[in-house]
Amino acid sequence: METPLTQHISFDRPCYNLRDYEKNGGYQALRKALSLSPENITNIVQASDLKGRGGAGFNTGMKWSFVPMNGHHPVKYLIANADEMEPGTFKDRMLMEGNPHQLIEGMIISAFAIQANISYIFLRWAYKKAGRLLKHAMDEAYAAGYLGKNILGTGYNLEMYLHTGVGRYICGEETALLNALEGKRATPRAKPPFPQVSGLFGKPTIVNNVETLCNIPHIINNGPEWFKSLGKGNDAGTKIYGVSGRVRKPGLWELPMGVSMRELIEDCAGGMANGYAFRGALPGGASTDFLVQEHMDIKLDYKSVAAAGSRLGTGTMIVLDDHTCPVGFVHNLEHFFAQESCGWCTPCREGLPWTEKILLSMERGEGRPEDLQLLEMHTRYLGPGNTFCALAPGAMEPLQSALKYFREDFEKHIDQKKCPWR
Amino acid sequence: MIAQETLTPEEMEEIDHEIALVPVRRAAAIEALKIVQQHRGWISDDSLHAIAGYLEMSPEELDSVATFYNLVFRKPVGRNVILLCDSISCYVMGYEKIYGQLRERLGISFGQTTSDGRFTLLPNACLGTCDHAPALMINNELFRDVTANDLDEILDRYH
Amino acid sequence: MVRIYIDQKPYDVKPGKNLLETCLALGLDLPYFCWHPAMGSVGSCRQCAVKLFKDENDATGRLVMACMEGVRDNIYLSLTDATAHDFRSQNIEWLMSNHPHDCAVCDEGGSCHLQDMTVMTGHAYRRFRFPKRTYQNQYLGPFLHHEMNRCIQCYRCVRFYKDYAGGKDLDVFAAHNHVYFGREKDGILENEFSGNLAEVCPTGVFTDKSLREHYTRKWDMTMAPSVCQHCSLGCNIIAGERYGELRQITNRFNGAVNGYFICDRGRYGYEFVNDPGRVRQPVVRAENNEKNLFESLNAILVEGRMIGVGSPRATLEANFALRRLVGEEQFYQGIPENEARMLNKILAIQHSGHVYTPSLKETEHADVILVLGEDPTNSAPRLALALRQAVRTKPLENISGSNIPLWHDAAVRELVQDDKGELFMAYPVHTKLDELASGSLHAAPEDIARFGFAIAHYIDTNTPRPEGMDAQTLESARHMAGFLQKAERPLIVSGMTLFDVDIIQAAYQIGRALETAQRKAGLCFVVPECNSTGLAMMQAPSLTAAMKAAETGNFATAVILENDLYRHGERLEVDQFLSTFKNIIVLDHLAHDTVRKATVLLPAATFAEGEGTLVNNEGRAQRFFQVFMPKNENIRESWRWLDEFRQFQNGAMPNELRELDNLLEELVAAMPQFKGIERAAPPSDFRINGQRIPREPHRFSGRTAILANVAVSEPKPPEDVDSPLSFTMEGYRGMPPAPLIPFYWSPGWNSGQSVHKYQTETGGSLRGGDPGVRLSGEGLHFENGFQEHVPPAFERQPDEMTLVPLPHIYGSDELSVRSPSVESRIPHPYIAMNSLDAERMQTMEGDVLQVQIGGELYELTVVRKDEIPEGLAGLPYNLPSTSGIAWPAKGVLTKALL
Repeated sequence: METPLTQHISFDRPCYNLRDYEKNGGYQALRKALSLSPENITNIVQASDLKGRGGAGFNTGMKWSFVPMNGHHPVKYLIANADEMEPGTFKDRMLMEGNPHQLIEGMIISAFAIQANISYIFLRWAYKKAGRLLKHAMDEAYAAGYLGKNILGTGYNLEMYLHTGVGRYICGEETALLNALEGKRATPRAKPPFPQVSGLFGKPTIVNNVETLCNIPHIINNGPEWFKSLGKGNDAGTKIYGVSGRVRKPGLWELPMGVSMRELIEDCAGGMANGYAFRGALPGGASTDFLVQEHMDIKLDYKSVAAAGSRLGTGTMIVLDDHTCPVGFVHNLEHFFAQESCGWCTPCREGLPWTEKILLSMERGEGRPEDLQLLEMHTRYLGPGNTFCALAPGAMEPLQSALKYFREDFEKHIDQKKCPWR
Repeated sequence: MIAQETLTPEEMEEIDHEIALVPVRRAAAIEALKIVQQHRGWISDDSLHAIAGYLEMSPEELDSVATFYNLVFRKPVGRNVILLCDSISCYVMGYEKIYGQLRERLGISFGQTTSDGRFTLLPNACLGTCDHAPALMINNELFRDVTANDLDEILDRYH
Repeated sequence: MVRIYIDQKPYDVKPGKNLLETCLALGLDLPYFCWHPAMGSVGSCRQCAVKLFKDENDATGRLVMACMEGVRDNIYLSLTDATAHDFRSQNIEWLMSNHPHDCAVCDEGGSCHLQDMTVMTGHAYRRFRFPKRTYQNQYLGPFLHHEMNRCIQCYRCVRFYKDYAGGKDLDVFAAHNHVYFGREKDGILENEFSGNLAEVCPTGVFTDKSLREHYTRKWDMTMAPSVCQHCSLGCNIIAGERYGELRQITNRFNGAVNGYFICDRGRYGYEFVNDPGRVRQPVVRAENNEKNLFESLNAILVEGRMIGVGSPRATLEANFALRRLVGEEQFYQGIPENEARMLNKILAIQHSGHVYTPSLKETEHADVILVLGEDPTNSAPRLALALRQAVRTKPLENISGSNIPLWHDAAVRELVQDDKGELFMAYPVHTKLDELASGSLHAAPEDIARFGFAIAHYIDTNTPRPEGMDAQTLESARHMAGFLQKAERPLIVSGMTLFDVDIIQAAYQIGRALETAQRKAGLCFVVPECNSTGLAMMQAPSLTAAMKAAETGNFATAVILENDLYRHGERLEVDQFLSTFKNIIVLDHLAHDTVRKATVLLPAATFAEGEGTLVNNEGRAQRFFQVFMPKNENIRESWRWLDEFRQFQNGAMPNELRELDNLLEELVAAMPQFKGIERAAPPSDFRINGQRIPREPHRFSGRTAILANVAVSEPKPPEDVDSPLSFTMEGYRGMPPAPLIPFYWSPGWNSGQSVHKYQTETGGSLRGGDPGVRLSGEGLHFENGFQEHVPPAFERQPDEMTLVPLPHIYGSDELSVRSPSVESRIPHPYIAMNSLDAERMQTMEGDVLQVQIGGELYELTVVRKDEIPEGLAGLPYNLPSTSGIAWPAKGVLTKALL
């Protein structure tokens, strides 16, 4: 089984410095890429069917192809979205701490593909170690001529900056991220104009997730067909899957796209911890619908998970066990989303705190029968298109599926006037 | 007019570096807030005015940005800031026990600072180390797989 | 036109608009909050949800926000769709979850957009059972009251205040459902247009603080269409009264003039009407004491030998009635000779045929702007707001290829970023508009004129070239000339503020040089008062000439119309002038030094108590209407007094009730340059279905009890002989003609947001055309050719400072300074000078200097402004404490002895 993303990652030793990275084939993809035309690279990436690993799952090469390449735009930007803040998601931290040069190489190739001369890593504030390692790796890359002016003598220039955020989940939304980089409040922007045309400071900009960018060198090295062959199900490549919660061995694994939930939980995470039983799981971070026992054998690729009524999201799974109250679980999520609403549009700003308050009152034994209808109303009306961005619709995914799969638990709270788990 | 605090040469130099990277001065707003907070622990009204003046912004424009973000402190914080992850994986893994322990041990709840100014306790959204929940950060250090028993030993390292 | 289907009904509508404005223009009710016709769409409130279908066969459709979707041919949408309707109702429930439900004690109640929209969506009973979030309010200064708990977070306030009006001290703070709109800390909102927040805010977060001093519900006010009296632009306003007191000024939409917004001087300056110290009773002084008013007047008027001094702040009708009383030869404009000459030149330029006089609205679309010797923020504030829009929206031309519609404000601003249109400011000191300017010149008036001549020369080398200018200034003149030549809609803003006729000539020469077969340059002149242009069009000699004429001693009586002569000349001169008369008849409502010299004083109606016509700076005649009948019957319009005098003169006791229309007819007959003025408003006998237009909403309350302290029987409402408006709630309930709209109201739309019901299209002109008539000036004959002479450069005088007047929005206008809220914002009297001059005087900022100007001594505080050239100093123009200076002036400075 090939694990291109993690093949050089081991936490038993310091992460590779530039020399070690080069010794293991590092920056060969960059050398190759610089010999290709930018359009050629975009075509290769598009053909590889690499989909954005940040949660939305849009074809990466296609996204790049919207950047105007007519020469009228002297300033363009490439941004690595390293603002990993989706609760239950911790994969990008591992990639950055484990092999920072892999991200940097991927960024340089991607920047070259859209002919951007400035790039940013928008890093989460809490990722101190990743920040240190990235900074060091960037310095090495500058010194080696992979960054800066006239990269490897090709005449191509690229600056790279590390920007650490100051804490807002919404910064992970790409247009809000752009506002944050511009020193503004990170409220999402209207689309169109899409960042590919008018992004950072109004210039064409590509924002890609860390994991997405880490795949780029391997696709350039091995070709789109190789990448497609890695996947087991409907999607190409490998994926960093993760499991957290009451399992025996929580962690991250690079697996072919399309492993089953059962393989992930039982084989990789070692099954449920002693004394805990599986009730359900959010397959791809806090803003995805629950999957339950009946979904154990579905393939964890974009299409199959969607068919099961959820989303692959970030591919990092949070497991709900039988000792944890589903209402409390969902309350914790809605508290997070209500806090992280930027406050721009009405349904999100006012609706999320309402759901949070209802769930809290249920937990305190103050729930009322009509609360279930109110929660359902919110899941209906905080849907995509009704709000300005995808934050509130995402927040409703675990709630709507919890109401579906764990309805009797909600009802018990109301009937017994208490949380049965407390 | 209140006596206005000014930025130190060191702060100005660091902010100038950030300004040089962006097309307009005010685009360095978040960086400047971070720099000053790094030096002073928090952003007082006077600091806010000083930064705003330096970036040619009004205090309103800068405070609008400052108050949007979770980690720009507009109120004084203790010498050490404890950020306890309260998100879902840590919830499942029992962060509430840790919180209870911290409350008992320090006598403060979320948002409060110990009377000796040693610790400020804040809730924090997911720290991205969910396979080692529950987790917390003190200043720049991350603690994972925290148990109630570890807490005393962890806290003792900070003065 | 494109065809769209709304709830299966076909409509042919204009393309390029969004669905919300289209629905509103079609008369359909669709609720909204964040969208504003002047500010476009941002999609934050999510209130205007409609169902959009893929095609006629699609039964499912999807919810979209109407403000964020453009009109496309052949689209199908539904407003009545159950999901859309429910969602809109739900959205209101969200908004109301934290709203305090304090309508009964809220100033917005009864004219609240949130109330209206709540009722419209059908949301009635709250299900949110948790505690509401609460906020601390802030002190925001004398104009606005702040009540944050009512906020529904539509973001309109910051979008207006910051983005539209350029304010910097109001913003949004915090995030999620804690967002807060206010200042960083308590303090006065500095922007000159802050009062608009009371109208922009859809609920009662920002409310009119002066209204609060004498609060009345909108439905209880008697209202009339009016015109602002506080500068020369003639913004349209609605004035409301109750219990004989003027209570509130709000914006009256005029698509050609002020649009949706007015300045704070216009909104808060009205309280001079309620001033307890104003003239309310006739007074007969001195030897006439034993006689009553009518006997005294009779004696004086029959005696004859009168001189009439008109006024640029009085109506055309009043000035004309005075002219008719004293005779054309004896009628003088009440302004000094140099002002009269400048006004005449401006008229000549406007009627020269070589340049174009834009409306205020049109100035918003200029693509290159040169401001020559004006500070519009202070001399004509609403113009500054218009210029701001021109600079802001110019870059939109560059994004026309992006497929982003211009109403999509959120997207447009991302595309435009910090791009701005071209604006150049030439003025002695830094002004607020400088922050938008691509260049500025801070210089003495002479040098501003020379700069103008230089620009003209670079456009047309046949015009004279100023000698001895420094290379840098020449280069920016050349640069500006290039921009102006390339512009499609160039605009030059100039005026009388600096009392320099050469500046006006320079503006003309630039405009003339720019004239091509395809386009004329726009020239916008700022003049001092609300009727300066109208008075100037009467072509009477100046106050200076009146003074000369009085020296002959041929006149026994001076009739002075609404004019404090001490504001227009030096004290000694005016004293001398007045001393030549046996009788001084003064008509005014303001108490001032000239009033104190009156032997007969007659209380004149303010704009709220009478009606008349004003001509604004562009030559637009606009009618304002009486708001209420003063309780004191001695208060009459000046023109009515003067008309009565004429009847006295003819030996009769006045008994003939004259109508304004008759007077206007005579006016046009006597002065054809005013032809068309009668079209400014329908005549007094205009009726719709035989009915008048009521000044009072149909919910007006307490009519039978309103005078119960005087008499228990319901009094007969006063009759209005001058206009088709009635002083009652009865009358025609439909849409009146545009000049007669006393208030905006439509079923279900109680707030001012109902204005769209009165417009041909949302944000467009009022139905039947915007009010006001641009006068052709027929019969006026002027010459204004090229001037070969370029004034010499400014030179520092060894023993004295050359002074320039610096107008202030709060302070320089005679009327508004009597309004307590405005009065509190008057600057401390100062003298602004270069540091080098201050050092020469051995003074520091904050020191007090004694400044000898003419015969008067002024104590002024030193303010250092290093952009002012050496030898030049700026003085606040015509503050109560700095009036009586004959401009242009020089001053001798000495340090005040402590």
